[in-house]
Amino acid sequence: MATITLAKGINMGLRKAMENDPKVLVMGEDVGKLGGVFRVTDGLQKDFGEDRVIDTPLAESGIVGTAIGLALRGYRPVCEIQFDGFVYPAFDQIVSQLAKMRARALGKVSLPVVIRIPVGGGIGAVEHHSESNEAYFAHTAGLKVVVCSNPVDAFFMTQQAIATDDPVILYEPKRRYWEKADLDESLTLEDATPLHRARVAREGADITVAAYGPVVKTAMEAATAADEEGKSIEVIDLRTLSPLDMPTLCASVEKTGRLVVVHEAPVFLGMGAEVAARATEACFYSLEAPVMRVGGFGTPYPPSRVEEDYLPDLDRILDAVDRSLAF
Amino acid sequence: MTDSAVAAAASPQAAHPRLARPVSDQPELVQLLTPEGERVEHPDYAIDLSDDELRGLYRDLVLVRRVDAEATALQRQGELGIWASLLGQEAAQVGSGRAMRADDYAFPTYREHGVAWCRGVDPLNLLGLFRGVNHGGWDPNEKNFHLYTIVIGAQTLHATGYAMGVQKDGAESAVIAYFGDGATSQGDVNEAFIFASVFNAPVVFFCQNNQWAISEPIEKQTRIPLYRRAMGFGFPGIRVDGNDVLACLAVTRAALQNAREGSGPTLIEAYTYRMGAHTTSDDPTRYRLSDELESWKLKDPVERMKAYLSRNGIATQAYFDEVERESAELAAYVRKGCLEMPDPEPLSIFEHVYADRHPLLEEEREQFAAYLETFERAEGTR
Repeated sequence: MATITLAKGINMGLRKAMENDPKVLVMGEDVGKLGGVFRVTDGLQKDFGEDRVIDTPLAESGIVGTAIGLALRGYRPVCEIQFDGFVYPAFDQIVSQLAKMRARALGKVSLPVVIRIPVGGGIGAVEHHSESNEAYFAHTAGLKVVVCSNPVDAFFMTQQAIATDDPVILYEPKRRYWEKADLDESLTLEDATPLHRARVAREGADITVAAYGPVVKTAMEAATAADEEGKSIEVIDLRTLSPLDMPTLCASVEKTGRLVVVHEAPVFLGMGAEVAARATEACFYSLEAPVMRVGGFGTPYPPSRVEEDYLPDLDRILDAVDRSLAF
Repeated sequence: MTDSAVAAAASPQAAHPRLARPVSDQPELVQLLTPEGERVEHPDYAIDLSDDELRGLYRDLVLVRRVDAEATALQRQGELGIWASLLGQEAAQVGSGRAMRADDYAFPTYREHGVAWCRGVDPLNLLGLFRGVNHGGWDPNEKNFHLYTIVIGAQTLHATGYAMGVQKDGAESAVIAYFGDGATSQGDVNEAFIFASVFNAPVVFFCQNNQWAISEPIEKQTRIPLYRRAMGFGFPGIRVDGNDVLACLAVTRAALQNAREGSGPTLIEAYTYRMGAHTTSDDPTRYRLSDELESWKLKDPVERMKAYLSRNGIATQAYFDEVERESAELAAYVRKGCLEMPDPEPLSIFEHVYADRHPLLEEEREQFAAYLETFERAEGTR
C-alpha cells in the first residue's frame, strides 16, 4: 500500500504504460526537463529519454496535429495541454481531424491519442487557467471523454485511456492534484473499474448527487453534512462523460427517486443538461422531483478573488438537495 | 520636444529608416524543360532518365488529365456533387509523385489526384467523397497515401508527426506534405514548419502555388515569394517550375533524399497555375481575367513534354495514339465505376465512429433501425 497524490497517480500511470509499451510517448510544453508545470510528468524524461518524453514547441495545434501523425505511424502519444483554456488553438485538430479520421477512413486507421487536460478552477489563477470545457469535446462524435476525481482512478484511468484505440480526452481536476489516497499496488488493470463505468462513491437512500472531477469531493462533503441532518445522499462519480454510463446512474435514481447533477462548467448546455434529459427519459416514473443542476454560471470564469462564489460548493449542493427533497 | 521629435511627429516615415522592400518577384526557378519543350540543364539538378521513363511521365500526365476531365464531366452530369480539378497542375503532381519511393508517405489535400495516380491509388477511390458516398474511405497504408484532407493545411502537421515517427523508428523513408499557396497563411502550416525544423523531421513540404486560393490571388497571402519563407524557419526553400515535370521530379527527388539522409525538411514551391476553377462550384470569371489563363496555356505541362518527346524522337505518333487510346479506356473505367458506386446504407453511418464499443451510439443505432423498420413494415402491408 502506498499513499499517493492524484498527480502522482497519473505520473505512475504514465510510467507503467511507457514501461509496458515502447510505442507510448509523452509530449507537450514543459513536460520533459521541468516535469510539467504541475510536475505530473516528473522524472519521466530522465528515465525514458528525450525521444519518448518530448518537450514540444509552444503550439497546441502543432502538438495534437503531430500526435495524429505519430499515431498514424503506430505510436500512442499522450499529449499534455498545459491548461484547460489553452486547448482552443488545438480545437480544429481535435474536433475535425482526431475525432473524425477513423470514420473518414471507414475504420482503416486507429488514432490511439490521449489528450490530458488539467481542468477547472479553485487555484487562484489568472484568466484561461480555470475553465471547464468538457462539453465541447463530449459533444464531438469520435472522441471519448473521461474525468478522474481521485488518485487511484487517476492511476488506472491514465493507463486505460492509453490502452484505448480511440482518442481519449482525459481531464485532471487540477485543484485536486495534491489530494492523497492509498493505492494498493498489487492491483492490476483487470481489478480496476472499467474506464467507461461510473462508480457509486457513497451509498445513500434519499437522493442521488451525480458529479465528476473536482466536485466529487465537494459532493462527498455535502453527503457527510447532510447525513448529520438525517438526509442520505448517494454520490455517483460519473467518471466517463462520453460515453455516459447511464445504467449505473439510473440504478441509483430508481432507488432514490431524486437527482442533482453537479459540475464546475456552466449549467447552460453543460453535461448536467444531457444527464438530466437522459435520466428523465429513462427514469421518468421513478423521479419524485425534477432533476436539479448545480454548476457554473453563464459568465466567463471570474477573477480568482470571487471564484469561490462561482464554484459549486457544499452549500449550493445542499441547497439543490433541499429543493429536490421539498418538491 | 526636441527638433528631431517634432520632425518625426510631422513625418513619421522620416523617423524610421525605411526598410528595404522585398525584391521583386523574379527569382530563380529551377527548370529543366522550357515551355517550348526544350531541354535545359541546371547545375544542381541533373536528371538522367531513360526514354521509357520519359515516355512514362508523359503517359502519367495525359492519364491524370483525362481522369480529371472525366470527373469534371461526371460532376456536370450530376454524378458527383463537386470536383476539385487539378487542370494545369499535372506536372507538379506527377513529378513529385514519381519522385517518391514505395516506402515514402504522402499527405495530400483534396486536389492531389495526380499524386494518387503515381502512388497507385485506384482513381475510383478518389470519387467517393466527391460523390458523397464516403469521406474518403481508402486504406492510407495500402499505398502510403493518406486520406484527402479538406481543412486547409491541417495535414501538414500530420505529415510532420508521421515523419517524426519515421525518425523514431530509425527508418530511411521520407514524408511529403502537399498544400497550396492559400494554406501557407494557416497557423497549422507554420506550426508544421516549426515542428519539422526543430525536430529535423524527414518531411518535404510541397507547395503548389497555383496563384489562386479560390478568388484570392497570391498577393493576398504573401509579400515575398513563398519558398523564401523557409529560411525564416531554418530550412531550405526552393522554387521550381511547377509545369515542368522533369524539374519537379528532380527537385523533389533531391529533397526526399536529403530528408532520408537526416538533413531535415525542405520547402518546395512549385510555381504553377490553376487553369480551371477552384472547384466545379466556383466561377473564376468573377475575379480573374482570361488573358492570364491564356498566357499560362502557353506553359502547359502536357504540351511541353509532348513537344520534347517528339522533337527528340523519344516518342512517335504511334505512342501518342496509344496513350490516347489508353486514356479513353481509363475514362470509361472511371465513368462506369462512378455510376456503379452504390449509396451507403443508412445504418452504415454508425460504423467506424469508434474502435471500441460505445453504448449510447449503439442505442441510437438500434432506435434508428427500429424506426426505419416501421417504414418497411408499412410498405409491406400496402
